[in-house]
Amino acid sequence: MKTAAPPLPGWVAILRQRLFSTWLDTAVSLLCLYVVWRASLPLVDWLLVEANWKGESREDCTSRGACWVFIRARFAQFMYGQYPVPERWRVDLLGLLVLFAGIALSWRGLPRRKEMAIAVAIVLPPLGIWLLHGGFGLKIVETREWGGLMLTLFLAIYAGLIAVPLGILLALGRRSRLPLIRFASVVFIEFWRGVPIITVIFLASLLLPLIMPTGFNVDRLARAVIGLAFVIAAYMAEAVRGGLQALPEGQVEAAQALGLGYWRITRLIVLPQALRISLPAMTNEFISLFKSTTLVLIVSIFDLLGIAQAALADPAWVGMNMEAYVFAGAIYWFACFGLSQWSRSQEKRLQVAHGR
Amino acid sequence: MNAFLLKFRDRKVRDIFWQGLASLALVAVVVFFVKNASDNMMKAGIASGFNFLWRDSGIEVPFNLTGYKPSDTIWALLWTGIVNTILVSVASVFLATVVGFTVGLMRLSHNWLLSTLAAVYIEFVRNIPLLFFVLFWYFGVLAALPTPKESFDFLGIIFLNRRGLSIPTPNEFLGFRLALAAILVLIVAQFVLARWARARQARTGQDFPVWIAGVVLCGALPLLALVAAGATTSWDQPILRGFNYRGGFVLVPEFVALFMALSTYTAGFIAEVVRGGIQSVRQGQIDAARALGLTPGRIARLVVIPQAMPVIIPPITSQYLNLIKNSSFGAAIAYPEIVAVFMGSALVATGQAIEIIAITLGIYLTIGLAVSVFMNWYNARHKLVTR
Repeated sequence: MKTAAPPLPGWVAILRQRLFSTWLDTAVSLLCLYVVWRASLPLVDWLLVEANWKGESREDCTSRGACWVFIRARFAQFMYGQYPVPERWRVDLLGLLVLFAGIALSWRGLPRRKEMAIAVAIVLPPLGIWLLHGGFGLKIVETREWGGLMLTLFLAIYAGLIAVPLGILLALGRRSRLPLIRFASVVFIEFWRGVPIITVIFLASLLLPLIMPTGFNVDRLARAVIGLAFVIAAYMAEAVRGGLQALPEGQVEAAQALGLGYWRITRLIVLPQALRISLPAMTNEFISLFKSTTLVLIVSIFDLLGIAQAALADPAWVGMNMEAYVFAGAIYWFACFGLSQWSRSQEKRLQVAHGR
Repeated sequence: MNAFLLKFRDRKVRDIFWQGLASLALVAVVVFFVKNASDNMMKAGIASGFNFLWRDSGIEVPFNLTGYKPSDTIWALLWTGIVNTILVSVASVFLATVVGFTVGLMRLSHNWLLSTLAAVYIEFVRNIPLLFFVLFWYFGVLAALPTPKESFDFLGIIFLNRRGLSIPTPNEFLGFRLALAAILVLIVAQFVLARWARARQARTGQDFPVWIAGVVLCGALPLLALVAAGATTSWDQPILRGFNYRGGFVLVPEFVALFMALSTYTAGFIAEVVRGGIQSVRQGQIDAARALGLTPGRIARLVVIPQAMPVIIPPITSQYLNLIKNSSFGAAIAYPEIVAVFMGSALVATGQAIEIIAITLGIYLTIGLAVSVFMNWYNARHKLVTR
């Protein structure tokens, strides 16, 4: 594998080497081809060739392929859940704002990029809650009306916004000089990592109202966000710890010799380097957070998967299970796959930067 | 004031100060929560304590191996949930390991098609939420299965339909006990034989085909023993009576869906672990073994596997742990495992949220602790071996 590339062989030679080098190899290749052929033919047939694209109702699905009419008819629900139709522009506006901010901030030539990033991180989250929930001049939309992809993204992003800083603090705490802080961090991290997320969501939805003063109501959705955030913070902390451990001792010692204090060393020397190292690991944790948001189904919050599940109960669209699952599954897959490819490219860049 | 500031420059004083402050804050938060909780519970009239465990549960569990009845205690209900969790976890760990190793090895094949197929499987499974697979198997696949009358039948003894998977059960276990005893004896025999062969090789240099003997002693003969036991035992056969199969044992669709979802999902992660572990063995090791004239089978057995296993086992153990935790996804399709029967049904029936949550979390934490103790033991032992 690692030897220098031989003079470029023709396609035939490549095929021969990679697929038909021995008789066993040939047999395996032919078997694989057969399996792919047998599996993909009906799949493509169902997904595309025989599928129904146009129409309004179930009766328009006449051929035996997938009934994408169902997805078209329900598309808005998959995106917004029961969010009131006249108010949906608010969700779109927020989506555009986030997209715009993301593109602008990832452009390296942006003047004052760091300050801008901090400003966005401070302004955008509360602005988002105001836009989605309303109040102060906007019509209030209760969280039980939220749903679909919008809710999935909300859960992932807001839980992530809590989990990342909390995770960084926990990782620092776990490596602290002070035994009490270290102990508290270890207990927190290992506790949340040790229990299934489903039980945490149960726990958050049952215990949070119980431990708050009487009359103080914690919103159902907020409970789920807090529960998810705590678990992911514990996993994030371990990802960040990996980065902290990879940092050579000399960095901190040199900073100490220069007379910097703990927080300045952490902010200026340790975190910028450690976070860069742990970025791929943190992205992977974010992917698993994104996948875990589906569990809110258990406390009757209808995210994308929940809406797909609920759509199955519609008497006007009986038997659309496969269509609903394929559509929701594809969205999850593209989101997670995209993120994981990005995380891999970050890892590669890191390896190049370190000269291995 | 100045004296205090001066003292504050002392690191020890500062450390004690900050830790004192942190612990005060922590205690204050805990006291605040506990006080609120006890106030709220008083107001709602919820009892506390663990006496509820010995009350009658009155909760129906459709699938249990413990002989549990609704007239039993809540403690028995919890135990039924634990057994169901263990059942689905053990079955899924087994299948996930088999599929995971297979796919992981396929991924390493130099055959481009085979390795691409494995890659497609891994990327497909890893980038979709597990809950999706659980629901998909339950509502998508199993709900589309035929009615009992049109069941798929496998050799006329196992039947798969919408109501689950019906399998025959033995009426008595004597034959199987004998077979099990025979298998244990064979394993001990293989162990002794391997020691003897090693000692002889060290003494005389003569080789003994331990590998082949192992396949016979620990594979072929036990299989024969089990077949013999099966043939001599009378079986309770599932038979179609009216609208459903009677007799044998029915694995409910919830079990089958959870089992399929858990094992195929975890297999994707195990495959990556296996691939990484085998790739961590340096090419030079394999080249050197080849230069010494070892056959490919021996290279795998004597050079690659012993070096790959220590890399593979810790992450695979944490995948098993994840699988056990993920068996709680059964709650989403009402498979009666711990979370569904205890955190769900029992909590609704008794209202004692704090106690029930504490017990449930305690069970999972205990399992996790046991696994990490094993892992530390394994790592420590491994360290001694490799210097």
